[in-house]
Amino acid sequence: MPPETATQPPDALQPVLTGLRERFGDAVREIGGHRGEVTVELDPASLVEVATWLRDDPAAAFGHLSDLSGTDYPERPDRLCVDYHLYSREHNVRLRLKVRVTVAEPRLPTVTGVWPTANWHEREVYDFFGVRFDGHPNLVRILMPEDWKGYPHRKDYPLGGVDVDYIGAHVPPPDTRRYKGGWTST
Amino acid sequence: MSEPNIDEAVVRPGEALDLPERAAAEHVTLNERRAQQVIAMGGGDWAEVTARAHAEGDDDLMVINMGPQHPSTHGVLRLVVELRGEAVISCQPVVGYLHTGIEKSAEYRTWVQGVTFVTRMDYLSPIFNETAYCLAVEKLLGVEAPPRAQALRVLLMELNRVASHLVWLATTGLELGALSVMLYGFREREEILDILEEITGLRMNHAWVRPAGVSQDLPDGTEERVRRFAGDMRGKIDEYETLLTRNPIWLERTRGIGHLSVDQLTGLGITGPMLRAGGVAHDLRKAEPYCGYEQYDFEVPTATDSDVYARYQVRIAEMRESLKIIEQVLDALPDGPVMIADPKIAWPARLALGPDGLGNSPAHVQHIMGESMEALIHHFKMVTEGIKVPAGEVYTTVESPRGELGYHVVSDGGNLPYRVHVRDPSFVNLQAVPVMMNGLLMADIIAALSSIDPVLGGVDR
Repeated sequence: MPPETATQPPDALQPVLTGLRERFGDAVREIGGHRGEVTVELDPASLVEVATWLRDDPAAAFGHLSDLSGTDYPERPDRLCVDYHLYSREHNVRLRLKVRVTVAEPRLPTVTGVWPTANWHEREVYDFFGVRFDGHPNLVRILMPEDWKGYPHRKDYPLGGVDVDYIGAHVPPPDTRRYKGGWTST
Repeated sequence: MSEPNIDEAVVRPGEALDLPERAAAEHVTLNERRAQQVIAMGGGDWAEVTARAHAEGDDDLMVINMGPQHPSTHGVLRLVVELRGEAVISCQPVVGYLHTGIEKSAEYRTWVQGVTFVTRMDYLSPIFNETAYCLAVEKLLGVEAPPRAQALRVLLMELNRVASHLVWLATTGLELGALSVMLYGFREREEILDILEEITGLRMNHAWVRPAGVSQDLPDGTEERVRRFAGDMRGKIDEYETLLTRNPIWLERTRGIGHLSVDQLTGLGITGPMLRAGGVAHDLRKAEPYCGYEQYDFEVPTATDSDVYARYQVRIAEMRESLKIIEQVLDALPDGPVMIADPKIAWPARLALGPDGLGNSPAHVQHIMGESMEALIHHFKMVTEGIKVPAGEVYTTVESPRGELGYHVVSDGGNLPYRVHVRDPSFVNLQAVPVMMNGLLMADIIAALSSIDPVLGGVDR
């Protein structure tokens, strides 16, 4: 296994990282690298501003939002983490933006105005982690049923063993589930 | 589960908040009025039924629910279509009917078991899912699969790409009335699935790509079979083209339908054949080569019109390019192992391909059961506890038949993935539906939707 070396960001990213530090100063909390990928941790308040600059500045030109995903780190105070995976077709480089919010105040500004593709991704993160994206045009659950309770991808949400409620139907957890002409619980 | 109490306006899917303000207001009042309105559709002359409907409401807007069980929605996609006569006013996709929680389940299984989950997402391109996931695990581990394994992955991915495009061609043909194309497409796909079965043991859900290698080498005689297939397939593609490319009905149904501009494609994050049909020659196999794609000589087909016909042209051309790659892989197939030598990473079981599709390796069983206690312990630990992956997070991508398939994988250093998030291209590409459908006719929805080539197993995960 090769030893873990300090990651050198790709050359094409250098002006972007310099520009980010100069323009946004304190809003850029940390710039890190791992396995050749560069991650920029941001203050959530500056997210849209930074995103717009990254999209429009010719040195960056991150026109393509590849992916937007959530992760839950329960041991942190700001446990909900949202990653924005950006790709620039012009420079053929990738960059990851990272923002963190707390469960008590799980609010982030939407980036649908910057990259319209964020629409469904943000709905997915809302669905699974309960992060509210302020200004989102249609923030409703996307993969879970509309009336689902809880946020299944949080780490304290169990895998299985939960009641399944639909409108007009109730299915008990698998371990207590019995079928007697209809679903009942033991 | 305590939920923070935040007031928010909940809007149901299908309510089209992105309509202009006036239209949205009109829309809501219409919906309210429609809720009061009961029209008995008990038969009779259609003209009378529609006349009655018109008499009761002062508008001719109609909301039609298409799916989730509808033969031309490519699975369990639901479309809420609003029509004025035959013209589409809005079309909102509703997804989630096939959600199985694969990403969550993967957090409770070992790294190697993750392969068997991800292969079930986009069921028409399982090899791509497996490869993208394994590339992510390998990147976290800081290792690479041996050259022969890389080449075999490319071989199977390209076979899989042809199979996937064939299903696209077959189903699109069927939906637009070209029944023979459906029969031919599935006939040739069957041959590919047979080849995949011969190599991996299964027709679908192969779990054949493993972190740092592949599970089995090619069986004897498969190379010739693949070569023969690649040779025959060229003629078959010519046949499809004689049936469709200049067919006036096909042209009528596909040209100018579902147009998307380059700005729309980029903004909506659309990748794959749809992007290339808009004239952008972007292909991750060229832009960020993986598995040694840089060694192979192939073109990135593009078209300019960005309509259903252009997407058809791109996919047909891509099948030909895939055949080129398949032949080059076979010509330059390196020798050597198909799994990394490092015993702390490699899967210990040396499965041979038996008549049951799997079978055992008598030599390996003899070794662990009869000769070496340490080998038995090692085998047991590797299978039950699995490999440990250093902490970190990566995002890896492959060019699947539908576009950029990305895996965001997070490890906390343990033997289970901390988080596996999949950027499925179908999920992203489906967002084009409301944009593409505006102003089309009802019948064109089928053609336009089909040109996205969504696989709902991947969308809903």
